[in-house]
Amino acid sequence: MTTVERSQYKVIGTRPVRPDGVEKVTGKALFGADVQPAGLIHGRVLRSPHAHARILRIDTSEAEKLPGVLAVVTHADFPKTVARVEQLGESTINTNEVGENVLASSKVLYRGHAVAAVAAASRMVADEALKHIRVDYEVLPPVLNVIDAMRDDAPILNELLRTRSMGGKVGDKPTNIAAYNQFKGGDVESAFAAADAVVEHEFTTSMVHQGYIEPQTSTANWNADDNITIWTSTQGAFGVRGLTAQILKHPISKVRVIPMEIGGGFGGKSPVYLDPVAALLSKKSGRPVKMTMSRAEVFEGTGPTSGTVIRVKAAVKDGRLTAVKADLRYEAGAFPGSSVGAGAMCMLGPYIVENFEIETYDVVVNKPKTAAYRAPGAQPAAFACESVIDELCTKLDLDPLEFRLKNSAKEGTRQVTGLPFGRIGCEEVVQAALSSPHYLSPIEGPNRGRGVASGFWFNGGMQSSVVVAVNVDGTVNLIEGSADIGGTRASLGMQLAETLSLPFEAIRTSVVDTDSIGHNDVTGGSRTTFASGMAVHEAGLDIQRQMCARAARLWGCPPEDVFYEEGVLHCRTDSTRELTFAELARQSARTGGPIVGKASLSARGAGPAYATHVVDVEVDPETGKVSILRYTAVQDAGTAIHPAYVEGQMQGAVVQGIGWALNEEYYFSEDGRMLNSSYLDYRMPTALDVPMIDTIIVEVPNPGHPYGVRGVGEVPIVPPLAAVANAIAAATGHRFTDLPISPRRVVETLHNLD
Amino acid sequence: MARRTQVSTRLNGNDIDFLCEPQQSLLEVLRDELKLTGTKEGCNNGNCGACSVILNGRLVDSCCVLAVEAEGAEITTIEGIAKNGQLHALQQAFLDEAALQCGICTPGLIVASKALLDSNPNPSEQEIRFWLAGNLCRCTGYDKIVRAVQKAGRQLQEAKQ
Repeated sequence: MTTVERSQYKVIGTRPVRPDGVEKVTGKALFGADVQPAGLIHGRVLRSPHAHARILRIDTSEAEKLPGVLAVVTHADFPKTVARVEQLGESTINTNEVGENVLASSKVLYRGHAVAAVAAASRMVADEALKHIRVDYEVLPPVLNVIDAMRDDAPILNELLRTRSMGGKVGDKPTNIAAYNQFKGGDVESAFAAADAVVEHEFTTSMVHQGYIEPQTSTANWNADDNITIWTSTQGAFGVRGLTAQILKHPISKVRVIPMEIGGGFGGKSPVYLDPVAALLSKKSGRPVKMTMSRAEVFEGTGPTSGTVIRVKAAVKDGRLTAVKADLRYEAGAFPGSSVGAGAMCMLGPYIVENFEIETYDVVVNKPKTAAYRAPGAQPAAFACESVIDELCTKLDLDPLEFRLKNSAKEGTRQVTGLPFGRIGCEEVVQAALSSPHYLSPIEGPNRGRGVASGFWFNGGMQSSVVVAVNVDGTVNLIEGSADIGGTRASLGMQLAETLSLPFEAIRTSVVDTDSIGHNDVTGGSRTTFASGMAVHEAGLDIQRQMCARAARLWGCPPEDVFYEEGVLHCRTDSTRELTFAELARQSARTGGPIVGKASLSARGAGPAYATHVVDVEVDPETGKVSILRYTAVQDAGTAIHPAYVEGQMQGAVVQGIGWALNEEYYFSEDGRMLNSSYLDYRMPTALDVPMIDTIIVEVPNPGHPYGVRGVGEVPIVPPLAAVANAIAAATGHRFTDLPISPRRVVETLHNLD
Repeated sequence: MARRTQVSTRLNGNDIDFLCEPQQSLLEVLRDELKLTGTKEGCNNGNCGACSVILNGRLVDSCCVLAVEAEGAEITTIEGIAKNGQLHALQQAFLDEAALQCGICTPGLIVASKALLDSNPNPSEQEIRFWLAGNLCRCTGYDKIVRAVQKAGRQLQEAKQ
């Protein structure tokens, strides 16, 4: 694919106001919970009080008798289905396990696991009814971390689970280790023996939540003709449709999912939780049913990201990173499928390393089933690897960015999977960080330190469909099916405007429901501006071709004599012939009917993304508080379609990363209760906790995209964990290996050192 | 079901009456009874600020106010910030500075920022950050929000002069 010459862009690279902006600043935008169809009733979920227990009996009869209660459902109300393994954005899921997760059948696997649901005239009556459902449990000992879960005598979550390894090997006994894999190259032991320095540490990170401000919500209406309509907050309406149809054994065409505005997701709104349950409650009650989670339910009942234990040993010889040996153990939560594989494949992304050996374990524990969280899996692995590299640089007195530049991955470098990189911007990003005003400035004062770290993320492609309809006044409707979570209506509309040489204002972009467009995969993997953008470009070219053919008909010349330039149709053989886009659009009816372009594709050629961050911190030795003094994020965007939203992605991810590094963690009691399931106790960064986040956008166009797009949403959360930890190491002289580096941990650690 | 109480209040400049149950929060009534869904529920316990409204000149989390407490009060919600079809300087600044991504926290942040500028027309960065610490945003990292509030403050000041 040829990339359009950068200098030709008229719309790309500008900063127009987003098309959904006015609705959102005036409170008129309709999010999931804002849907209020006539006859609406309210559904609530009964959740397990135990982290691990067998369900002996569920008695819903008392709840059903309560005035105002219109339906009660349990797993027994689901039709029996055959398990299917499906690709859901950045993770693979087993559809039967999704059914088990949305309503447990015989065993609860985490506190907060859904057991039954009620629909009633009001939320309050529904809540009251939950208290009248009797569940008899046989409580089992829980297992809450990977170390305990991997012991030979550990309580087993699923007796049928066997360890799967590369090459289709399957273990022969019950286990909590769902998968074990290896990535190997060269000879690490010889490299360690010959090294100038070797550093080895074990790191831990806690389970953290994506923290989207809008709780999961779904409203479903099951009509008498068995057509189901679902209004929901999701990153993937087609995923919700497919999973709901599968769980309910319903034809896909009879499930219509209407994606409402989505109040944040970061990966966490790719799975389904409420949608099939709300549909079932609607079927039983004959009424539309709305279900909205409380904040505590969001923490306890939806997918956070894995807690991890990671061991990394790395060696340097003559300033080169010569060997890395790593062992990654990730919590999958209640069902298999953590993001440990991505961790392994990303951690060495910024480097050339000849000798490596990485082992990965995907481990089930009695915690919520994990879900994707922004570059899922890459952040803890980068925290560990970038910390070890930082310590090697300190030991050998090497500048950490010069070291990264010298060892930088480049076009042709083989990844740990053996696949070579195409054109990547790793070196350019490190170079930009090296010459940034921030890195060139001195850092002075007691208890202060500077840290740097790099990060890598693949970026995704997957399937997109778009339709472009030309209106008689020369305006254009762009119809697409990717949830807009951070400005993609703008970035897609801008790419169409660029393709058709029209002003951005002439394009109106709408995200439509699953009945109104072909399949679109989830908004995840930083894929939408890339893959849907590629589809938009193709559909734009389709429009150009159709318009050329129509002009040829009007002018009585062969179509190949007509060309489209700067929004005007010209005739090669007769320079007096000219029609603007709007003039020809007006003649649609008499030149062959409505002009509609479309494109459907499975996008290939996703361009990997790199980021390098620089941060200055001050550590208060009395209180243990870590203050972020200054932060600069550098990233290769390929091409920044709308630079303000690229900056916004970078800034938002950095602050999430700062929260992960310093404060955020799921805090469990010994029996597996989450003790901090509120925003007060699960402390995410506030405006007061962070400074301005400076951004430097590097543009190394992706040759796999017509406009060079790489995707920007995920990679900026990869470096912050390590960058902050490295800065703290510089400030205190102590290497913190466990996240979060909370005030308590800082005080205790520094006190013990004294 | 408990007996419903009649409440009279002034909402976004209009005198209105509504019926509510004694345990219902102002947030519930705004959204479910009055259909003003611009005020959002993020946590329902006063920690996220998505439900911010101005009650008798004070910034409050409407999830922590009982609807019956609105009797005789004057309330401004996000729906009352734009006047006569004209966006408020804060709304325009949020658009121009790209200070929103998903938009769920945006109504609360704009209401909270308005309460700040009403009492302190020229706040410093630190004052803005301190004031907005009760409004969580998970998308933006706050940078562009703080800039938008600074810009709107400047513009309102200039407009007065």
